[in-house]
Amino acid sequence: MLSIAPSYLLYYVPLIIAISLVFGGTRHEDTSMVLRHAWQTGRWITGFMAIIFTVLCALDWLV
Amino acid sequence: MSVDEPNLIEVDGQAVNLRNRPLAALLAWLVPGAGHIYQGRTTKGCLFFVCILSAWILGFALGGGHVVYASWQPGDKRWHYLLQAGVGVVALPAMVQGNRMRNATDPMTGRTSAAYDPWWGGFMAPPFRPVLESEADEVSAWYARRGAGYEMGTWYTVIAGLLNILVIYDAYGGPLAVPISGRKKQETDADEGQLDSPKS
Repeated sequence: MLSIAPSYLLYYVPLIIAISLVFGGTRHEDTSMVLRHAWQTGRWITGFMAIIFTVLCALDWLV
Repeated sequence: MSVDEPNLIEVDGQAVNLRNRPLAALLAWLVPGAGHIYQGRTTKGCLFFVCILSAWILGFALGGGHVVYASWQPGDKRWHYLLQAGVGVVALPAMVQGNRMRNATDPMTGRTSAAYDPWWGGFMAPPFRPVLESEADEVSAWYARRGAGYEMGTWYTVIAGLLNILVIYDAYGGPLAVPISGRKKQETDADEGQLDSPKS
């Protein structure tokens, strides 16, 4: 189903951590709010990517 | 420090003195987080420094040290560098190497002189000319050696540069506005908190 090894998906982890923390950090000054915003951003992006991934897998299965 | 001072803002109930904004922005570009440390926002400065440089260094390593170079030659227009350069001083050696390569390449033949020897063991040096998509050249060798790591390394360094643009803005003008959807959620959370408080 995947054209790459599943271990390649691990590349996503450090990137999402960096992106989420910088996004949170550029929207708040309070550290707890930065972390909360980062968590929400990470969750949102991961969810969005998961939906796209599922749709592509479904299309791959159908075609 | 007066409240009317133009460089003084209030965010999350905290007063923030942005000090000399252009200088802070310049420092933020040169070294991610340096602008914030200059403004006394040390926690955020360290956070940005670690996050952005980690992503950049990891990408650089994944790509075998060849993903960051400055080139605008036929067949090798490295537009990624425009974004990678957002990370500041760590991307600047590529400018020096790119300039040396340009001087060592014959504009008529587009071929690099055999006498050319890049500095620093080829650190951030562009590939030898010519680079042709249809033929084996130095870029194809880098791709072949690193596989998907070359692509991933390129994107890591590009994203690090783009993230630093947000950081530069934050150093210059303070935190970006929270999107409307986020504000509504926060207000809802706050309202729920107020409703819950009399019960407890």
